[in-house]
Order: sequence, then C-alpha cells, then structure tokens
Amino acid sequence: MSLYRDTGVVLRVHKLGEADRIITLLTRRNGKIRAVAKGVRRTSSRFGARLEPFCHVDLQCHTGRTLDIVTQVQTVDAFAAPIVGDYGRYTSACAIIETAEKLVVEEDAPAMRLYLLLVGALRALAFSDREPGLVLDAFLLRAMAFAGWATAVRECARCGAEGPHAAFSVNAGGSVCSRCRPAGAVTPDAGTLALLGALLHGDWDVANAASEAARRESSGLVAALLQWHLERQLRSLPLVERRAPRARATSE
Amino acid sequence: MYEGPVQDLIDELGALPGVGPKSAQRIAFHLLATDAADINRLITALQQVAKGVRFCEICGNVAADTTCRICGDARRDPLLVCVVEEPKDVLAIERTREFKGRYHVLGGALDPLSGVGPDQLRIKELLGRIGRDEITEVIIATDPNTEGEATATYLVRMLRDFPGLSVTRLASGLPMGGDLEFADELTLGRAFTGRRAV
Repeated sequence: MSLYRDTGVVLRVHKLGEADRIITLLTRRNGKIRAVAKGVRRTSSRFGARLEPFCHVDLQCHTGRTLDIVTQVQTVDAFAAPIVGDYGRYTSACAIIETAEKLVVEEDAPAMRLYLLLVGALRALAFSDREPGLVLDAFLLRAMAFAGWATAVRECARCGAEGPHAAFSVNAGGSVCSRCRPAGAVTPDAGTLALLGALLHGDWDVANAASEAARRESSGLVAALLQWHLERQLRSLPLVERRAPRARATSE
Repeated sequence: MYEGPVQDLIDELGALPGVGPKSAQRIAFHLLATDAADINRLITALQQVAKGVRFCEICGNVAADTTCRICGDARRDPLLVCVVEEPKDVLAIERTREFKGRYHVLGGALDPLSGVGPDQLRIKELLGRIGRDEITEVIIATDPNTEGEATATYLVRMLRDFPGLSVTRLASGLPMGGDLEFADELTLGRAFTGRRAV
C-alpha cells in the first residue's frame, strides 16, 4: 500500500459507519480527493478536530482500493474557529467551499490555482476585516475565470468591443454592447460594473468603497452567473447572510 | 442472491445505517430461526414506531403523547433550558444525571452545505418559549463541530437581547482519561480558553 502526503482544505465531511467519516479535500498536488478518516467522531480521536470543514491541513494518506485512508494530520491554518465565530462569515465560507467542490468535477486531477484561491479566500474570511459578501463574490468571479467562464466586465462578451457597456447579460457571460445586446439583458448601475471589475482584479480600495446598492446588485449578478455556468443552484448560496458594510454596522 | 422474501428482508435490513450486506444476511437468518412470538413483538414495535411516535409540542423531543416525559415532569426546573441538536443528545445528557432542567431539540444544526438554514430548525419555537415562559438560562449543547459551533454562534446572537436571560455553552476541552501530549491544538486551545479557577 503506498503512502502519499499533501496539503489541502477540507471541503465536506460525511458520516461513515459508527465513528468514521469520509473527508473530501481540495489538495495542492492531487486536486480533489476523498479519504476515510477512521474513528474521528470519537471524542478520543487524535485528529478529528483537524478534519472539520474549512481546516487547512497537512495530511498523510494510504492509497486504498476505493477510498484512501487518512493516517496523519497536522494543522496548517486553523480557519474554522474564526469563521464559525461569525454567522455571516460561516455562510459565505460554506458557499465558497461548495463552489470549489462543484467546480472540480474529476477526483485526483490537480487544481492548483483553485486551491490557492480557496486558501486565500478562507484566510481573508478568517483573519481580515473584509466584508464576507465581497470576499465570496471575489472568489466566485475568479473561480469562474479559472474554470474558463471569465466574466466580461469591460469588453463585450460577444464581439469583444471595448467598453464600458451599459447592458449586462448573464447568458452571454457579462457586459454586452448595444449591437449584441440579447433579450433579457439588464442595465446595472455603473457602480455595480465597477465593483464587479474590482472584485475580479482584486482592487479592494474600489470594492470597499462600493455602495450598498452596488454590492446587492453585483452579488445577484454573480450568483446568477454561477448558476448559469454550473447549470444548478448551490444549496448554500441562498442561505448566505449578506451584511451591511462594517463601518455602517459599527455606527448602528 | 436468495429467493423471494428472504432476499427482500436482507435488502431492507441492508438499507439500515451501519448494517452491511454480511450483517444483513446474518440478522435475516437469525430472524428465520427465531420464535414466531419474538418476531411478532418486533413487528408490533416497528408498527408502533411508524404510527405512534410523536414529537413533544414544547421541546421537540420524541414523545408518546403530546408532551414528552421531561416536559410533563413538575420536578424539573422550568427556568433552565438545554438546547440540543437531536433527541439522542437528550438521552446522552440525561445519562450524566447532572442536569435537572428541561430541553429544546432543534432537529439538527445549521448546515448551509446541506441546505439547512435557520428556518429549517426549531429556532422560532425556542425564541417563542423564552418570550412566553420565565426562562432564566439557556445552555447551548450543540455538537462541538463546525456546524454545531456555527449554530451556537447564531443562537447567541438571537438570544443576547432577551433581558435577564443568561446564555451559556457547554465547556469544551480535554477528555477524561486522555494524555495531554496527544491532544490536538484546537482542543487544547479551547481547554485553555475555558480554564477555570480551582
């Protein structure tokens, strides 16, 4: 039986038998893997607490016939505690890991860029003051770009004509010019398009300064884009708790 | 593959949690060799579970009547309510013989990945109970895992505005009979955070 070692983020856990769990992870070198962690539901487990969702771990596994078996786990980043301490962050983090799981269809196929993006997003949620809704939308836009569905924010999604363009079509994949504008396209506020561009390119000064209306509209567009590309709705996305900006929340 | 009813029985038993195909086969052949009276008792018990089990109108625990045994017991302290995820957690706490208050069963934990949000749990019923009854302390005893901790966080936020209500969380830390060197850093960290004067 061969051993391998990798670092990864726990995406999901399923109960197995009396005290075991099947752990789904997105790893640095092996992409999405599923492995059995034996006895981790017992309170005496030596690494049960390290194999909870959002945990970034260094693990060693045995290669099994159907599923691999986790033999050792060390914590790299303890994202779980600060994330679950805030319900808004928790719901955003759930949507992030569900998206990561859905975007990686094949197991054991490396997805290094998505892995690094996931770790960065969880780190921002756990340890930074950034608004969880903005972190979520930035992750979704960039993860879609990695999957080949980059949102056209400035140029026309159909003909490539330089913008900015007023219309936005989810089906077309972003902004559309007046000649390409399909039926059902919407006309978002200019601030919304600026926010989408800022989130896609990591311009956090612009993103943090966006109005509440622009944040609401952009999160709706991002959710619609994701659902269009994935051809299904994420379970966690409707349950995400969107909050008011931090400065305003503290003044209330 | 066995024929007819025996294979049907093995298939049904094999669908139960924790029962694999070998165990299902063993249980099926044990039942075949069992007295008819014992089989009838099992059938009656299964039928009663299917028809007769209800959930307590007050706390959501499994009950034989409209209210459960604990909610109907006048000796239990009505000012203390322990919030748990599942009815089996009530049994686990009752085994300690430490808690003399009443319970509130949420019916699960907040788990957006499975589509479970606040509206799918009995949180509104809990808030209604606190507003209606003179409850002075709510003890949150959700599981010490990600979903349980997130549920506790949400409940604390919902309960902190009730005047005169104390909200507590079960202590978390090192298990009895364990060695400190084998404790993981998360558990050990929680044990330090929750340390108490002796």
